[in-house]
Amino acid sequence: MQSSLSLSLSSSSSIVTRSDRKVLQGNTFFAGKCSITPRSLRFCGLRSEVYGLQYSNSARLVAASLNRRHLKKVSAALSDNGTPSKFDYDLVIIGAGVGGHGAALHAVEKGLKTAIIEGDVIGGTCVNRGCVPSKALLAVSGRMRELQNEHHMKAFGLQVAAAGYDRQAVSDHANNLASKIRSNLTNSLKALGVDILTGAGTVVGPQKVKYGTDNVITARDIIIATGSVPFVPKGIEVDGKTVITSDHALKLEFVPDWIAIVGSGYIGLEFSDVYTALGSEVTFVEALDQLMPGFDPEIGKLAQRVLINPRKIDYHTGVFASKITPAKDGKPVTIELIDAKTKEPKGTLEVDAALIATGRAPYTSGLGLENINVETQRGFVPVDERMRVIDTNGKSVPHLYCIGDANGKMMLAHAASAQGISVVEQVCGKDHVLNHSSIPAACFTHPEISMVGLTEPQAREKAEKEGFEVSVAKTSFKANTKALAENEGEGLAKLIYRPDNGEILGVHIFGLHAADLIHEASNAIAMGTRIQDLKFAVHAHPTLSEVLDELFKSAKVKADVSSPVGEPVAA
Amino acid sequence: MASLLQSRVPSSSSSLSSSSSGIQWRPSAALSSRPRRRIFTVQAKIREIFMPALSSTMTEGKIVSWIKSEGDVLSKGESVVVVESDKADMDVETFYDGILAAIVVGEGEVAPVGAPIGLLAETEDEIAEAKAKAKSTGSSSQSVPPPAASPPPPPPPPVSAAPLTPAAKVADGPRKIVATPYAKKLAKQHKVDINSLVGTGNFGRITPADIEAAAGIPPKKSAPVASVTLAAETAAPAPKASATTFPEIPGSTVVPFTTMQSAVSKNMVESLSVPTFRVGYPVATDALDALYEKVKPKGVTMTALLAKAAAMALAQHPVVNSTCKDGKSFTYNCSINIAVAVAINGGLITPVLQDADKLDLYLLSKKWKELVEKARAKQLQPNDYNSGTFTLSNLGMFGVDKFDAILPPGQGAIMAVGASKPTVVADADGFFSVKSKMLVNVTADHRIIYGADLAAFLQTFSKIVENPESLTM
Repeated sequence: MQSSLSLSLSSSSSIVTRSDRKVLQGNTFFAGKCSITPRSLRFCGLRSEVYGLQYSNSARLVAASLNRRHLKKVSAALSDNGTPSKFDYDLVIIGAGVGGHGAALHAVEKGLKTAIIEGDVIGGTCVNRGCVPSKALLAVSGRMRELQNEHHMKAFGLQVAAAGYDRQAVSDHANNLASKIRSNLTNSLKALGVDILTGAGTVVGPQKVKYGTDNVITARDIIIATGSVPFVPKGIEVDGKTVITSDHALKLEFVPDWIAIVGSGYIGLEFSDVYTALGSEVTFVEALDQLMPGFDPEIGKLAQRVLINPRKIDYHTGVFASKITPAKDGKPVTIELIDAKTKEPKGTLEVDAALIATGRAPYTSGLGLENINVETQRGFVPVDERMRVIDTNGKSVPHLYCIGDANGKMMLAHAASAQGISVVEQVCGKDHVLNHSSIPAACFTHPEISMVGLTEPQAREKAEKEGFEVSVAKTSFKANTKALAENEGEGLAKLIYRPDNGEILGVHIFGLHAADLIHEASNAIAMGTRIQDLKFAVHAHPTLSEVLDELFKSAKVKADVSSPVGEPVAA
Repeated sequence: MASLLQSRVPSSSSSLSSSSSGIQWRPSAALSSRPRRRIFTVQAKIREIFMPALSSTMTEGKIVSWIKSEGDVLSKGESVVVVESDKADMDVETFYDGILAAIVVGEGEVAPVGAPIGLLAETEDEIAEAKAKAKSTGSSSQSVPPPAASPPPPPPPPVSAAPLTPAAKVADGPRKIVATPYAKKLAKQHKVDINSLVGTGNFGRITPADIEAAAGIPPKKSAPVASVTLAAETAAPAPKASATTFPEIPGSTVVPFTTMQSAVSKNMVESLSVPTFRVGYPVATDALDALYEKVKPKGVTMTALLAKAAAMALAQHPVVNSTCKDGKSFTYNCSINIAVAVAINGGLITPVLQDADKLDLYLLSKKWKELVEKARAKQLQPNDYNSGTFTLSNLGMFGVDKFDAILPPGQGAIMAVGASKPTVVADADGFFSVKSKMLVNVTADHRIIYGADLAAFLQTFSKIVENPESLTM
């Protein structure tokens, strides 16, 4: 597996991005400036040398000529109106995670003969080791939190005896949910007639894939959707018991009294919610100067006030965990901290457990990319805006696409799925470019955080560059009837927009059910709907969705209604 | 939304803030009187700006930013600092004019509600003083009677196989102290010095339970313990006489307690939980009476003389000035604040002469006069009546020859002074003479103060009273 891949990052956290797979950090690889240690740079250098050795010039030539030959054949095949004459399949997808699954479903709908190769379990990270089981744990933590909050219960007039939990049962709930979703996914693939091929997939040449030990199949188009694995920085020894990654944490094998969480992105934040609800104390170790990097600063600040400060959590910011040793011989887990900038030692933490939530590294080794002259960039498969894989010469490799965490564009399950659908559209001859700025992201803490589009600083920077005006509108959950009925008035929704034409640049929500509320905004961005039009949309009363209604109505747009309400707006 | 910044004058600690009574003074009057007092007034004009409670649930606040910086002139109603509470960021205004002399809690730092975050000086001259004070106090306030002021290293728990000797640990360089996140939060909130604790958790770490034990709060998280107020506490009506009912006598009237009376009642009942004992001592007062006659025209009262004498004796017997807060430790008070019981229209209040050992007799008398006036006018500030470390009760003026006082909660000892009256005394040689003697009876908390301590203290007190010249120095 790939954890040995250990890229350059010793940082946790990340700057941009979002990922409800609790990932985040992916983009830090690119942003890299603050996160790459000199040590790791050397490491990278080594890697590329290794790759260099593997390519001989002749191999390259062969690959290139092969490409050319196949190009012709393909156009011929296409003219056959899609019936697979020369290929075993129209589309082969390597990796049956959420991205691969989404692509397969859409491909079948488009009439493509599709196979999906999976070396592990159907469902990938999201279903088995990510979003899905973590939601089960968070559902537990949300209820625990509520039951433990006497003040909250009293306000409802409820009396509840001391709340407790059975760790094993909680853990079972998470596992059961994962296996249920996994079987749903498998059944849906089978029902649609998608061939599930078992074994690790390798690209052995253009339009040719090997799976298992020596089964080679051909496909007109190939999608790489191999996803990612938890990223573990150098110096950290993961034993799976006291020093763990999200993979282990989701099994909830024990609830430590005190756990350090390295990285305060989505993964770290969600786990802090779970652990503190179950009675642990938490210490965050964050490489950047503030907690929750990547969130809109205002939302981050409010979130910190609600999710961190009042809970049994403390934190160290601006430090790397340079060395983490699991508990053994009656000694606690030790975490050596160094200053993120000066590299000076900043003391040692002694805790009962450490969760490494420093992001995720792409799972792309052994894919055989060298066979088609493609070199990964820090593990990520380079792609263009249409997810076409780019080779070392900067040219796109025909019929080869990469979606999801493996390309690092946006490490989110639903982004992978959207990219997969976009690729299938292209394969079927319809040009399609996915608008990533319309993809929402959510963090399922209590209350939840969600966002779509740009943060305020990003929007202001863009406005500066492109010379337009930016306005911000905000509404509080305190003004929402439904939120107050739930005694959950803590929350804020924030709209960043262009007052001149009513374009939505970003929406950020912190509050009850924020993750469900964001879609009105993300759909509007995807459809290009303007605020002046949204203002006329009707929301049921009393619902939380009125928070967004309120938000749109409080925006001051100078432009007139762009189209009669009710008529679909063409994107 | 803005909130008013409360400030208060530091009540105790360092000699700079040696008095608290200055607030009420009109500066002009003070300046025109005596030069000595002028200095005194000036000192009192350094006010603490403290962390306001911006919401009912707020226990600590974070300084988001200081709008004003050190040296800025502030006028009443101006925003000074932005404080982040558990609810929101709020601008906080001052309601005094002055100069922001020192910032005690910097931006980004957190302070519990009530802790000083900055110092406000009245004039430029005081800035340096305030700064010095800021340094000496640091961010920890000594003026709020904390539920548990950092006690000196407690003796290692005698029971339980103490894991290693803490002393040995201290010896090998800086002892590493590990406290869990919540323990640290609690320690800050309750002002418990983590370094003084021995952890009982895994790997010897300090747990929230350790902090709660040190702070003397029941191990259930509840609202932070409010500082102990002796009087004027809006307590619930006095505890009803348990289950026993008394036969009603016809024609009796029931008059509910006033707030002050309720507080007295509550404190008296509370005192029953403290194991006290009493030690009496006869003190010859001829010399004191002679001195009193001499200084009386200068405005010195007997109360001031006795308070001063007690304070000087306490200075030599710090244990008698200590407090037992949690039943586990001695809390040695850094200043000697003599509370003096005063009957006041149907109530009882104990104005406090702060730093009575340091102030001279005249200032003490002057201060006492003011305190009494304030008490009558019901203008005493909480600091004026709840910061006592030792109480003095004198019924001598009524001819009472001896009595027994009840120990107020939160203090180690109380002294009951009877009337001085001529007594026939036989000296060592068998000669009879008549000397004035008064009986002094001290009630003390036996958990911390033992018989010998009290006896030694009384001996010192008696020597001071019998040779009272030192009182005027």
